[in-house]
Amino acid sequence: MTEQSTNWEPKIIAFLCNWCSYAGADLAGVSRFQYPSNIRIVRVPCSGRVSENMIMSALKSGADGILVSGCHPGDCHYISGNYFARRRFALLSNLLDFIGIEPGRVNFSWVSASEGEQFAEVVQSVTEKVKALGPASRLVKKIDALETALQVA
Amino acid sequence: MPTINETVSEEIRAQARKLLEDGTVAAVIGYGSGSLPMTVKPLVVRSPEDCRKLIWNTFCVLNLANYLPATLKSVEPPRGPRDPKPEGPLPKVAICATGCWSRSIVVQIQEHQVARDRVVVLGVGSRGMVSRRKVEALFGGREILAVEEGDHDLIIQGADFSETINRWDVVRDNCQTCTHPDPVLVDVRIGEPVSERKNPNPFIQVDALEQKSGDGRWAWFTEEFATCIRCYACRNACPLCYCPTCFVDDAKPQWVGKSLDAVDTGLFHILRAYHCAGRCTDCGTCETVCPKGINMRMLTKKLNKDVLNLYGIEAGMQPDAPLPLTTYAMDDPQQFMANEPGSGKEGK
Repeated sequence: MTEQSTNWEPKIIAFLCNWCSYAGADLAGVSRFQYPSNIRIVRVPCSGRVSENMIMSALKSGADGILVSGCHPGDCHYISGNYFARRRFALLSNLLDFIGIEPGRVNFSWVSASEGEQFAEVVQSVTEKVKALGPASRLVKKIDALETALQVA
Repeated sequence: MPTINETVSEEIRAQARKLLEDGTVAAVIGYGSGSLPMTVKPLVVRSPEDCRKLIWNTFCVLNLANYLPATLKSVEPPRGPRDPKPEGPLPKVAICATGCWSRSIVVQIQEHQVARDRVVVLGVGSRGMVSRRKVEALFGGREILAVEEGDHDLIIQGADFSETINRWDVVRDNCQTCTHPDPVLVDVRIGEPVSERKNPNPFIQVDALEQKSGDGRWAWFTEEFATCIRCYACRNACPLCYCPTCFVDDAKPQWVGKSLDAVDTGLFHILRAYHCAGRCTDCGTCETVCPKGINMRMLTKKLNKDVLNLYGIEAGMQPDAPLPLTTYAMDDPQQFMANEPGSGKEGK
């Protein structure tokens, strides 16, 4: 596959909360901090809005990495959304590790609206981790494999 | 001398008859005998005469709490979706419940699917239920025509054989590692209470799998779930799965594909288990009803282990406490976060 070629760049889906991390990404931009262009940002109202369905659906559709980022604990615009999210993410990340999804594929972080530099650092480190892991193969639905199967049948 | 389960059956029949006759409840959920050896079927009894059909034995493997919300609905006077709630208290339903089933009822109460004051729990201490699959595996294809049950033995009979086996050897995995066999919610006590089991490690199967490498665990996952035919029996038999529209049936957006592709079946099982996080009481029904014998209980058991270790909560033990995922603590562990100290990356 073409992804295997040497100049492969990972696709990373980033779910960023509107109030902190998305603004943090914005600040990183206006402050001219450099970070890899591998992330595709999905803006969500709160990290508590990010459901396991979204994360798994992104993996299924071929994302090489996932980053979910929200406000620091105590700073949630909705008071407690990120506290609930933290419990759910802890369980999800353990479960994914349990079934053998490489640690580092699915990442979580807290980035506030004033942390433009930290946002760039998080994206840098997540991109490096995912690059080291290589293209995602587990839980990625391969349409061409399906089509081949259909042709054989 | 009657066996323990014969005594329990008699008591269930007597109590069910009494509750129905004096009008305390409108229905009793229990078990009736099945048409094959080692099978029973869930039974909703609505008249005192039918109480003789109720039985209790070592093969009661389905979680009866699954039938509770629908039975409660069925005894209410019929009304349209916009009609007001009828005056006065609504009819009650009695249900036989062991440790894990009663905990499922507690979860249903916490989640407002069931009103506590409409349920009469006939609490039965569980002695562990036998897995039909384990018995059949012992007899490798020879047809079992009848099974006689003693307190500690099973006498398995076929056309040309009759063998006695130890009951505990064929008890289901989840019952063998169970720590709360006695119901947490009891209105009418049936039989003798069973003491808490001191199990050195209830998560022994999960621990064994965690010892494997990431690749080993992935190999286990792909192999275990490869045979899934997406019949959704595990979902339908689960008392926690009551959503009117399940995520697998969602079309817009379609979270999980509906095909038998390994990724689709894998995602279904991951998400199904995840939706039971902090709610699963390890009743083992999903595993029991699976026609392919898939061990999907490993996923929920792993989640149970994490919920207990991270948040110190076991599902369904306290009716007045919130569910683990509907509450939080300021200092919940967060080592898994990419930019937190302890995660090995850029600690601040």
